[in-house]
Amino acid sequence: MSLLATNYLTPSGREEAWRFTPLNRLGGLHDGSVDISDAESMTGPETAQAGVKISRVSRELLAPESQSDDVIVSRAQAECATVFHVEISPGIEVERAIHLRRVIERSGESELSRVRITVGENSRAVVIVENSGNLVLGEDIEIVLAPHSFLKFVTLQEWDAPAIYAARHHAIIDRDATFESVTVTVGGSLVRILPTVEFVASGASAELLGVYFAKEGQHFEHRIHVDHAVPKAKSRVNYKGALSGDKAHTVWIGDVLIRAAAEGTDTYELNRNLLLSDGARADSVPNLEIETGEIVGAGHASTTGRFDDEQLFYLMSRGVPMHEARRLVVRGFFSEIISRIGDEIIQERLMVGIDGELAKAGQ
Amino acid sequence: MSTLDIRGLEVSVVTEKGQIEILRGVDLTISSGETHAIMGPNGSGKSTLAYSIAGHPKYTITGGSVTLDGANVLEMTVDERARAGLFLAMQYPVEVPGVSVSNFLRTAATAIRGEAPKLRTWVGEVKEAMSALNMDPAFSERNVNEGFSGGEKKRHEIMQLELLKPKIAILDETDSGLDVDALRIVSEGVVRAKEANNLGVLLITHYTRILRYIKPDFVHVFANGRIVEEGGPELADKLEANGYAEYVGA
Repeated sequence: MSLLATNYLTPSGREEAWRFTPLNRLGGLHDGSVDISDAESMTGPETAQAGVKISRVSRELLAPESQSDDVIVSRAQAECATVFHVEISPGIEVERAIHLRRVIERSGESELSRVRITVGENSRAVVIVENSGNLVLGEDIEIVLAPHSFLKFVTLQEWDAPAIYAARHHAIIDRDATFESVTVTVGGSLVRILPTVEFVASGASAELLGVYFAKEGQHFEHRIHVDHAVPKAKSRVNYKGALSGDKAHTVWIGDVLIRAAAEGTDTYELNRNLLLSDGARADSVPNLEIETGEIVGAGHASTTGRFDDEQLFYLMSRGVPMHEARRLVVRGFFSEIISRIGDEIIQERLMVGIDGELAKAGQ
Repeated sequence: MSTLDIRGLEVSVVTEKGQIEILRGVDLTISSGETHAIMGPNGSGKSTLAYSIAGHPKYTITGGSVTLDGANVLEMTVDERARAGLFLAMQYPVEVPGVSVSNFLRTAATAIRGEAPKLRTWVGEVKEAMSALNMDPAFSERNVNEGFSGGEKKRHEIMQLELLKPKIAILDETDSGLDVDALRIVSEGVVRAKEANNLGVLLITHYTRILRYIKPDFVHVFANGRIVEEGGPELADKLEANGYAEYVGA
């Protein structure tokens, strides 16, 4: 057990960054009232792979690479005694995806966690974080891509119903490196993720993809922040969400900042929400801040709507019953992103889960 | 032998300006093996007739009846109408993102036939239907109507007609936007479906050129929401020569 330091500004809920979040459902992660256990739930794969080193190191050996004004991330950075470190050697093409999972000793316990993923120069790897079970977890994942490296980073939030997860997934991308992420949030009571990107040299690119499906009472929040501080970096953001059931609430914030030095920036961000029932609410706020006109392109789009009647009519006019037509449309809506995970078993598991939720929603 | 019987059909749409009457008492009987052409100027209500029979929610039936072999079509949901044996080839087929043609076709065939087609024979069936319409096999992996050219959309509609084997098909301006070659290929598909399944066809068109490939037994002239003249194929020749002016005059 550890007592959390109290010298942090506790959010009141009026701050821009917190105005959508129900603070009383954060389990005390934001105000320090949480009782943190010494649990360290992140676990690596059982079989080793060439060029991949997985270890838990003391905080002194691995200071944070970045700062955050998020109070939960700051607490994780200050309080965690150890850092879970995935290290990919330079010049390696990692053969199989590296699966990271949670091992939870006591259901519902509280944890702060720091994770570092380091991808060496000219290396390629896929990391899949499978979050499941019941935790109250505040986490900072820092992902550092060396020049010319490639990382596909998949995180699955398939938490149990009462779980609380507040995290930053922060990528620091060096020259000509490529970061692809797929963030899937389908389980938990409250999930608040900050997928953030920091470009440190030109030629870097990031593609941030996400899907979420919030059911009755669930709050799923994704606050993207892409900082174009260097010339000639490229970013693409595409998040798709569905909501069903009373008080299902999703929040998508897409902050893209193009600084004065970031000439030649190419960015586009997109968020689409599908409302499947009454009583659900989707907040979607794209926000593009441009400090230079010398760019390749910058754009955003956001839509929130119900089923397209014309799509349903077309399918039904071919004999397909309403529930099956809805299933096809929703599967189609999500498949663009889910198919990018690149793991058939996970993709099918997610699709079957979505079918199940849809069947319930249709009743 | 099937019969689609339309009696005194009156249809309205609700717009910002209130309810507007579009069909004002349409009588029409189509039986298996027959081809009926409905010809008329733009805005005469031809497409409304097609979509009303298919059950599009935009249209309100305010009078009359539609029966298929005695069963009340107007009481059926859209999917029930299709399963009863009606098919609408749309003028503007709808894009369904993320749903592949092959998945869509198999889902539709399963719904219409009441059981999933055997995979082995199904693959052959689809392949054959595609090659008959001059379609690239890679087509089946594309998303339904997404990024299709006008000609591809129409071929895809007629491919469904051939695979789903309805009793009565309504073709809503299937000829629009097709070049000569595509028109021939698509028309041949309709003729094949007709010969294979003794299909009854209601062909809605603005122009007579498709009638060179799909010979009508009956021609109906449509204006102001009703049929204003009926005859045999010779009526189409008269329309070709004189246009619709005499039917839409004040």
